[in-house]
Amino acid sequence: MPSAPSIVRLPGAGAPRMAPRALPRLSFPAGLLLPLIAAAAWEFAAARDWLPSNLLPAPSAIANTLAVLARSGELGEHLVATTLRVAAGFAFGVAAATLLGALCGAVPLARRLLDPSIQGLKSVPSLAWVPLFILWFGIFETSKIILIAVGAFFPVYLALAAGIPGVDRKLVEVARVYRYSTAALVRRVLLPAVLPTYLIGLRSGLALGWMFVVAAELMGASQGLGYLLVDGQQTGKPAIVIASIVLFAVLGKATDLPLARAAARALRWQDGFKQHAS
Amino acid sequence: MLTLDRAAKRFPNGYLALDDISLGIGEGEIVGIVGASGCGKSTLLRLLAGLERPSAGAAAYGGAPLAGPRDEIGVVFQEPRLMPWLSVEANVAFGLRHLPAAERNARAGETLERVGLSHFAKSLPRELSGGMAQRAAIARALAARPKVLLLDEPFSALDAFTRLALQEHLLELWSYDRPTFVLVTHDIDEALALADRIVLMRGHPGRVHREFAVDLPRPRSRTSPRFLAWKEEVLRELHVTAAAGRTAIAAPLLRAAL
Repeated sequence: MPSAPSIVRLPGAGAPRMAPRALPRLSFPAGLLLPLIAAAAWEFAAARDWLPSNLLPAPSAIANTLAVLARSGELGEHLVATTLRVAAGFAFGVAAATLLGALCGAVPLARRLLDPSIQGLKSVPSLAWVPLFILWFGIFETSKIILIAVGAFFPVYLALAAGIPGVDRKLVEVARVYRYSTAALVRRVLLPAVLPTYLIGLRSGLALGWMFVVAAELMGASQGLGYLLVDGQQTGKPAIVIASIVLFAVLGKATDLPLARAAARALRWQDGFKQHAS
Repeated sequence: MLTLDRAAKRFPNGYLALDDISLGIGEGEIVGIVGASGCGKSTLLRLLAGLERPSAGAAAYGGAPLAGPRDEIGVVFQEPRLMPWLSVEANVAFGLRHLPAAERNARAGETLERVGLSHFAKSLPRELSGGMAQRAAIARALAARPKVLLLDEPFSALDAFTRLALQEHLLELWSYDRPTFVLVTHDIDEALALADRIVLMRGHPGRVHREFAVDLPRPRSRTSPRFLAWKEEVLRELHVTAAAGRTAIAAPLLRAAL
């Protein structure tokens, strides 16, 4: 029919905007610079006796304490105990939050019925649960894991319950035009669209999980980094307290890193402003 | 094959967007629906797509009432509406989920070839220009091989060059197997260049004001005297419509002032 030239070569078709190539790598060396300089300055000040060593021991003394704990095998046990608690609590919390969040996000009736109560529970300071959980579940693992699960629950729930209704109506309509079933709509449109918020929810949930494990272990434990904190305080050894704090920082960062990496990979399609894992 | 019979659309807030619309779309026809913005053209298209139900009257496809979207009716929206997380290829295959994977891929590849986007099959939507994204959206609709393709101001967000190119391209696609096109537009040139028939709408509430059968031979030159004469005719009708709209709004104001 029309003698139009092939559209591919028409100037108006415009040049494609190319994606930035590889994502910027997480630059560990630059990130390590600040802690290293701070530690060096600290060590220097401690060596000059500018700092009271009974309150703020030098980094070398803390490293020494860690080495002693590690050699005795005690450190490994504490790390494993704490990490397992966080893992179990996070897993339960995320599972419950994903189910309830998806339900309240996708089904208006469920949202009207459940969401107000869940939001109400969210405003209870989480530590207020501690006495109740101890009464109900005893002072052993169950109450600790449930407390951590409660901590991880809310950010993940919120990401889905608020994220799913926020999915672009226009994309949902495309699925309607192609007569997608509700299940297909959820799987092919709603879940991918809500993935960015969900991953952020997971990362905040994990951070809260690490926060709550301390509370859980402070309320009575014979193992774990939280126990180590209390032990250091009661025996008057600041080196142990600071060592535990450093370990928490390292563990938190180390577990967040794979999540951040997975997020960066899964969200390659986002057209964001200066995207990289943070 | 696609008809509206005295259809009206009143929205839950009480606004009457369309009133008493009777319209028949024949097989293989290109129908242009033209009117000022806000005159209900898009609502009309949504009724034809089965995305909205008429609040009075009826919409029917092939004689049967239209109860919702159908496989035979494809839609291209004003925005490309590509899934940003899917490759261009997967977006084109989005409406083919009922087919086995091999056939789905073959069909998507073939349609991408037809719209000239084969090189971008693996790209993400954010890597496409506006015109390319809209072509991908057209490919997604065509891949499902609809009998009727409804286009809601598909080129209005594009620059003039891209718009011209895509209009020609649309005609080229039409010439393959002559599906039925219903094109909503506010661009008179676009309607005259493409349509066999132009339906002029008037708004508040949206009604069909006039229909023209465009008897210009194809391919159409946009600068031929006959084309320009047609344009003048449609413009004159539009001005009448606009003037009538103005009086309708002005009259109560005048009354209030007196």
